Amino acid sequence: MSTIEAAIRSATISVVVENEAGVLARVIGLFAGRGYNIDSLTVAPVDDGRGRSRINIVTSGTPMVIEQIKAQLSRLVPVHRVADLTQDGPHIAREMALVKVIGQGNARAEALRLADAFRARVVDASTESFVFEMTGQTEKLDAFVELMRPLGLAEVSRTGVAAMARGTRLI
Amino acid sequence: MNQTDIQAPTVAKTQPGAEILLRALKDEGVEVIFGYPGGAVLPIYDAIFQQNAIRHILVRHEQAAVHAAEGYARSTGRVGVVLVTSGPGATNAVTGLVDALMDSIPIVCLTGQVATHLIGNDAFQEADTTGITRPATKHNYLVKRGEDLARVVHEAFYVARSGRPGPVVIDLPKDILIGQAPYAAKSEQPHRSYRPRTAPDAEQIARAVALLKSAKRPIIYSGGGVINAGDRASEALVRLGRKSGFPITSTLMGLGAYPSNDPQFLGMLGMHGTYEANMTMHDCDVMLNVGARFDDRVTGRLNAFSPDSRKIHIDIDPSSINKNVRVEVPVVGDAGLALEAIIEAWDNDPTVPDTAALAGWWQQIEVWRAVKCLKFTQTTAKGGIIKPQHAIQRLYDITRELGRETYISTEVGQHQMWAAQYFRFDKPNRWMTSGGLGTMGYGLPAAMGTQIAHPDALCIDIAGEASILMNIQEMATLAQYRLPVKVFILNNQYMGMVRQWQELLHGSRYSESYSEALPDFVKLADAFHGVGMRATSIDQLDDVIRAMLAEPRAVIADICVDQTENCYPMIPSGAAHNDMILGPEHGPGLRNGGASGVTDEGLGLV
Ligand SMILES: Cc1ncc(C[n+]2csc(CCOP(=O)(O)OP(=O)(O)O)c2C)c(N)n1
Ligand SMILES: [Mg+2]
Repeated sequence: MSTIEAAIRSATISVVVENEAGVLARVIGLFAGRGYNIDSLTVAPVDDGRGRSRINIVTSGTPMVIEQIKAQLSRLVPVHRVADLTQDGPHIAREMALVKVIGQGNARAEALRLADAFRARVVDASTESFVFEMTGQTEKLDAFVELMRPLGLAEVSRTGVAAMARGTRLI
Repeated sequence: MNQTDIQAPTVAKTQPGAEILLRALKDEGVEVIFGYPGGAVLPIYDAIFQQNAIRHILVRHEQAAVHAAEGYARSTGRVGVVLVTSGPGATNAVTGLVDALMDSIPIVCLTGQVATHLIGNDAFQEADTTGITRPATKHNYLVKRGEDLARVVHEAFYVARSGRPGPVVIDLPKDILIGQAPYAAKSEQPHRSYRPRTAPDAEQIARAVALLKSAKRPIIYSGGGVINAGDRASEALVRLGRKSGFPITSTLMGLGAYPSNDPQFLGMLGMHGTYEANMTMHDCDVMLNVGARFDDRVTGRLNAFSPDSRKIHIDIDPSSINKNVRVEVPVVGDAGLALEAIIEAWDNDPTVPDTAALAGWWQQIEVWRAVKCLKFTQTTAKGGIIKPQHAIQRLYDITRELGRETYISTEVGQHQMWAAQYFRFDKPNRWMTSGGLGTMGYGLPAAMGTQIAHPDALCIDIAGEASILMNIQEMATLAQYRLPVKVFILNNQYMGMVRQWQELLHGSRYSESYSEALPDFVKLADAFHGVGMRATSIDQLDDVIRAMLAEPRAVIADICVDQTENCYPMIPSGAAHNDMILGPEHGPGLRNGGASGVTDEGLGLV
């Protein structure tokens, strides 16, 4: 068959880029221009003295689309390496969230109890509010945010995913 | 002892940015720049004024500068260079850049920019050029420090010509052009991150050859990548063709890589490709795609595209492979190197191809060929109306008689497709057309750039009366540089291709596709210091063509052709290759009907 109908899969892709002006715009423009999904995107210099940054992208698509995304990323001039962490083997993916919950009485107590169970840390508190800091997998953060919703969830700020292969494997 | 020998390497010598720029261009072997001045690039124009190594061609619109550079690049295999000012100069160039991006043409475009301290302030003639051109180029640069300038220029040339070629923009703030900085020679170091693979993988080559030798109904489908890979690739393609005896078809962009008059050549494939090429593609069992990209104009309906074949795809750009069509053997690499590797592996592989099957396959192909899908009837009666196909056929015959080196460019529309069908190319780099973007207004400036590169050759723009008006101002450039470009207009007084779709798909409602209030092209040529000619009937055609070709000045030949002629064969958008519409010569055509079998989905396609 020439075309394939295949299931959508999620992929965590790490890209090592030259740390130069416009490189993030190139990557984002590529996704926007070609209609690829961005579920999460993080970028920061990972300076090993060579002026490089690492971009982690969580995306989804058919296997053919994911291959396209990797090929398209690889041909950008300032891109050094592209790795599909999801495909290449076991990996760890973490993100951090700050979650503000406003409330009083029982709801407030319940929020605190759940935060404890989820190992979220209280990083700010007032008589009517908490800000929890939580690090973990995306799904765990999602679950925590959902639990906070009826308890006075007011604001969420998330970092997006940082990811890395397990063991000695390098990107 | 020589004084300089004992001098310690002291402070590096510096020079103004504009001089650095020209020095770097010279070191890159640049001989011609197509450009248009303005405030932001005045320092460069001043430096150009004071040297002789590089010639500047003053165009009349920045879009034309890029198309001219494309014509230059495509007809020589070298990088075309463009120079435009900031703001409107840069935005005018954008269409040309996208055109070059889509057709993989190596261009370096230098754009002026306001001084670095003004960037972001909405200064006069400021545009976010790197932002605007990011999706319009292969790569772009904003030079913010004088000491980066020379390195960036060298890198831009490397990026433009390496891997899959494309346009590169260098945005040059005015203070960088004026300020002093040291020069940097071309580096021998490999690029930090961009190192496209050119040598094919031996294992994939072996798999490709095994598949080719097992073929019973093979086809070679070649594209613009073979032209981009240089003469060596075209030569290898011909050798592989001869060796294998396989039929060969080509995309619009690939014409000329394989000699069109060779019996193994089936003509162009795709939407307006030949019946035999499309049927062969549809029914083949093994397909070798070299340097083509399974473009939608070629594949038609994807899920009906060559359904029973096993496919090999050679491409320098890994992102072209498995993009639209799944292939069994991907070969990443330069088309020439890959074809040579295939030939070598073919020779070393003891397997004997199935010649009996191949002979049977050719029998089938000859049946398809016998349909003579490109036939048309030209009346010979005095005063008879000229068929556009015939006009091109005669242009081809007469240029061949003359035996001069001939380069053809086109605008976009029916005339472009007829040119692809009836003008036959037997060498690469002789055919300049806007394939991917389909840019009306491409042909005249492209012919101009081609003529600059080949002063003694015959450079002809096969045009439509609508398209030619989109860059007609370049007639003035032709006059200034005494470029004897020939503009051969197939004047059907319609945006013919639009009219054809309206006839076939929109109930013959010719909404805004009539070329109302056309200029008198003969007088127009005259006004631009060229020569105007006109043929209104068949008895005048040959004389006008001969007079045009003999004329040492630029010519516009206004060839008044049949206004109702449609371009066939045609695969309507969204249809399969074996679902072609043939012309009226082949029984009841579609002149009075719509395209039967066109689905709503097909209508939604372009
Ligand atoms: C810049 C641009 N605008 C619009 C189009 C859409 N278009 C494609 S062909 C065509 C008509 C071209 O007419 P003409 O140059 O007379 O050629 P013909 O088809 O009549 O041979 C148009 C408007 C285009 N390809 N490019
Ligand atoms: Mg027309």
